Amino acid sequence: MVRPEKFIDDSGRRVDGRLPNELRPIKMQIGLLKNASGSALVEYGLTKVIVAVYGPRESQKFVSLPDRASLRVRYHMAPFSTEERKNPVPTRREIELSKVLRESLESIVMTNYFPRTTIDVFVEVLQSDGGTRTVAATAASLALADAGIPIKALFGGVAIGKVDGVLVVDINEVEDMYGDADMPIIAAPDLGLVTLYQLNGVLSKDEFQEAFDMAINAITRIVNMEKETLKSSYQVENKEGDIEK
Amino acid sequence: MSSNKKIVVPGEVIEGITPSVQEFYAFSYGDTTRASMIGVLDIKQDGQINFSPINGIYMPREGDVVIGLVTSHGVSNWFLDINSPYQAILSVQDFFGVRQNSQAPEDPFRYLQIGEFVKAKIVAFDRIRNPLLTVQDKGLGKIVEGSVIIIHPTKVARVIGKKGSMIETLKATTGCEYFVAVNGAIHIKCDNKDLEAIAETAIETIEKQAHTSGLTERIKKFIEEERKIRGV
Amino acid sequence: MSITPYRVPVVPKIKRDNYIKLYEKGFRTDERDFYTPRKICIKTNVLEKANGSSLVKLGNTTILAGIKIELGQPYPDTPNEGVLQVHAELSPLASSLFEPGPPDENSIELSRVIDRSLRDPKVIDFNSLIINPGNKAWVIWIDLYALDYDGNLFDASMLATMSALYTARMPELEELETGEIKIKNKVSNKPIKINKRIVSVTTAKIGKYIIVDPNLDEEIISDTRSVLVFDEEGNIVGAQKTGMGSYTMEEINNTIEISSKASQVYFKLLEEALENEKLER
Repeated sequence: MVRPEKFIDDSGRRVDGRLPNELRPIKMQIGLLKNASGSALVEYGLTKVIVAVYGPRESQKFVSLPDRASLRVRYHMAPFSTEERKNPVPTRREIELSKVLRESLESIVMTNYFPRTTIDVFVEVLQSDGGTRTVAATAASLALADAGIPIKALFGGVAIGKVDGVLVVDINEVEDMYGDADMPIIAAPDLGLVTLYQLNGVLSKDEFQEAFDMAINAITRIVNMEKETLKSSYQVENKEGDIEK
Repeated sequence: MSSNKKIVVPGEVIEGITPSVQEFYAFSYGDTTRASMIGVLDIKQDGQINFSPINGIYMPREGDVVIGLVTSHGVSNWFLDINSPYQAILSVQDFFGVRQNSQAPEDPFRYLQIGEFVKAKIVAFDRIRNPLLTVQDKGLGKIVEGSVIIIHPTKVARVIGKKGSMIETLKATTGCEYFVAVNGAIHIKCDNKDLEAIAETAIETIEKQAHTSGLTERIKKFIEEERKIRGV
Repeated sequence: MSITPYRVPVVPKIKRDNYIKLYEKGFRTDERDFYTPRKICIKTNVLEKANGSSLVKLGNTTILAGIKIELGQPYPDTPNEGVLQVHAELSPLASSLFEPGPPDENSIELSRVIDRSLRDPKVIDFNSLIINPGNKAWVIWIDLYALDYDGNLFDASMLATMSALYTARMPELEELETGEIKIKNKVSNKPIKINKRIVSVTTAKIGKYIIVDPNLDEEIISDTRSVLVFDEEGNIVGAQKTGMGSYTMEEINNTIEISSKASQVYFKLLEEALENEKLER
């Protein structure tokens, strides 16, 4: 990967042709894994993340919580997901991301209904092109809903960046690596709650606050897509089906 | 009576539902009631509002009659998978209807083995203990004939149908006996294995196409044709 | 894999209620207000064999930072930059909550947040650490040891890191006849070239209150916490929401305002400690 000369060209477009406020093309699919209680595959541009949810299942003794379900989150990148093959052994980064992703779920998943159980959320990054933890959040939201695990609201993630002095929404890998900031945010816009935010890079206080506004706006759009995906999967309509033997 | 159905997603405000501790598909947030799961909100003309979750988890309730699969046993209990987050417990004493273990046969686990199904009632379940089962009631006990098929618990209502229309169709067209347990396990007893196979396929189809219309008719046609094809 | 913590210490309900009652009146325990950190003590050059070191006490929270500077190679994609490695250890000495063993997710998070905060705004002048482009460079190892844990490891660690970096001294090199480059005597008088100063401000959200520098009890009863890292110009050079709860946008804006103000206090204390160190030299 090479650092581009300009991140924003003369017509105001980014390296992939997007405007600063534009999301990458987003695809969402649910219920694709037969064994999982719930599953989802989400793509933002070239970043592809699949999430499988299992449970609630009875916890192993030492992690069992008497009054709520415990959450177990594993964020992992497949060896072929990055430009250079990534060793499958969990890295410090994957450990940190597993933690912040789990923490972002703790206030949204209604764990108090299932004491002494564990809800597993397994995240596998199949292809990485920036914003993997935010795509993971969106996929987790869909997978949890698919599993029928009660959540307070749908949620989603987006990473805001800064390139050539301009704040941009949903950064890709080039903008992440060579830009001046990478700010992943996960939120549940229906409840107005922010469940994760981080900043790598340098932003002024004003830019920091503006980035939040841009993120909430983008996440609202993303969550609306989630709603569409869910509703259209379960359409109550006149649909004839063939009986498979 | 016509009704207005729409699909609700988690976080969406729903009116007319009072969240109760047992149903976890709705909760209070500030001064609104919201859905916590995807479901079908059915607003009937008479004002009644029903919420049916589309995907869901079977949470045991005292009094439920369930069919469980024996997965292991301890010193004086069997542990059963009842298609729920929690394993259920059936004691040796209860199975044999005795007060003390000494009154039960010496090797009690020979009488109910791992891999066998049991129809039982939930006598106790709370946040501290796993569901406790009893077989000391009419019609309960080890399942010895027929077959058991397990479907998603939220599809049980569809297998029964409005006013029992679907289950009656199944009974009439196959001539089999059916017991549909609330935990998604269905016990089928037919005259022969072919009919059981047809019944199982029919139920799997109902599960997959639960949200389509005209399903009862299609299931009826399917079963009639299959019976002709197989000559049963 | 990250799992919901299951060995969380219990803060008696009555204690939590007392905290909230105090907050309602505008007070905290230990006679602080919402915006002031605890008493801070910074002592640099406490380890003779390290290139740099600092012992920081933030209230009772005690962090020891040790810096070792060694010869190594630059990373292939940055041939003109030296190398930085930050590791934190939540030693079992510090608390009954810390188990001996490999770094857990908390120590990894701590070290990575500090690492990013040093790297992104280029606190250390990485180019000055190059000896032979693409071939030989200085590697700065920053190791943070928690010795006593009474809440807020981040701010104490950040102060320890900055004060140790500022007072660290580079090794001297000599070139042997064979052309090999070796470290001559361990400590020279040359400092590490530092471009700017940064401090972190940790705030906890407890109910509707945002408080700076939570002690251990406050950390445990808090809904969630934020770590915001500032440079002297007031820019935010690092941020991490840590903990299980969530924020409304209004709470985030409050957090930013409050943290920004508190950063001034930390900068002043850092300045004083570094001035004192200069006098002692």
